[in-house]
Amino acid sequence: MTAAARKHCCVVEIGGIPVSLSTDSESFRDVLCQRYSGFLSSSRAEYELDFQLVEPGMVSDDDVRVRREGHEWKIERGDFHAQWDPYSGRGWVQQTPNPYSLDSVLRILHSLILAARGGFLLHAASAICEGRGYLFSGISGAGKTTMTRLAPSSINLLTDEISYVRPGAGGYWACGTPFAGELAKSGENCTAPVSALFFLEKGPENRIDEISPAEAVRRLMRNILFFADDRELVGKLLATACDFVATVPIRRLTFYPDARVWDTVRSFEGEPAHV
Amino acid sequence: MPGCGTQSDPLRESLRMSETYIARSSAIAARMLAGEMMVMNSMDSTFFTLNEVATAIWQAADGRTPLREIVRNSVCEQFDVDPEQAQTDAEQFVAGLSTHGILLVADHPLEAP
Repeated sequence: MTAAARKHCCVVEIGGIPVSLSTDSESFRDVLCQRYSGFLSSSRAEYELDFQLVEPGMVSDDDVRVRREGHEWKIERGDFHAQWDPYSGRGWVQQTPNPYSLDSVLRILHSLILAARGGFLLHAASAICEGRGYLFSGISGAGKTTMTRLAPSSINLLTDEISYVRPGAGGYWACGTPFAGELAKSGENCTAPVSALFFLEKGPENRIDEISPAEAVRRLMRNILFFADDRELVGKLLATACDFVATVPIRRLTFYPDARVWDTVRSFEGEPAHV
Repeated sequence: MPGCGTQSDPLRESLRMSETYIARSSAIAARMLAGEMMVMNSMDSTFFTLNEVATAIWQAADGRTPLREIVRNSVCEQFDVDPEQAQTDAEQFVAGLSTHGILLVADHPLEAP
């Protein structure tokens, strides 16, 4: 009679969605706990991922592929293979014991869960200032990390890289994530209603300009993290993007990189586009 | 009409020579917002915004109605456009979207999307 290997678990709750991460390796569980220390939870897990660690030898440079086979998702990249069943909520991951694969798997998992629930992950910095959530999106170099560095000390930084947006009371809510960008610093585990989304551009002065609803959707879709070539979920995401544009004020923020830009942000009182 | 990439001459030529049928691809997601149709290909995430005239053609792309008839009924009767120019623009629009897999084009009726 063989005894099953003892599992070491922790529950990581991002955006109010608790996911149990289990592994045979106590040391890897410690890596998980350390990496997501601000997001550990005692909630009952809605989803479960079992991590099966493999030797680094199997790593390749393949790009990520996310596809549905039957009702299960197959998620593959050079450094990991994963399978996840959204109905049972269970899945497994084969990866080397490194935290970067771990972050990627969790991001993809949350992107799939959120897409089905009317939310999304966005290439954006986000922060809570005076109870209001602000998102700052743009391509690399547009100023996401700069905005977070210039922020007054009173703000709660949710992330400098990947923003977590989900529907909630009265509209959309921004939630903190442990997914860090250049700041190499986890976001704070808190949440607030989204007051505005700004698409960033650096310029000689601080200025907020309107953008058309269609342009807002186009930019939003370009910056949403989504990996699956799945028509049903893409259709759902497009519907979510349109609803977001109709619900949340979206503007272009041209900014000169000094702290005064936050005065411009705080004094913004815009309305969503009329659609 | 939106700029939808360069059209291939053979395709445009075939559009001119024979009756053309168009159908919306099943791999796309579309949504109307503020009077504009937004279309996204789920396979490669290409994204298009269609103006009113292009939207009218898009909505009429049922696979059974010839393009010429779509232009006559859905474009010329609803918009103040020169019929010949409308047909040329429609062919260009169809050729552009077909190269991105957004519209299916054939010289025979297609299955409804």
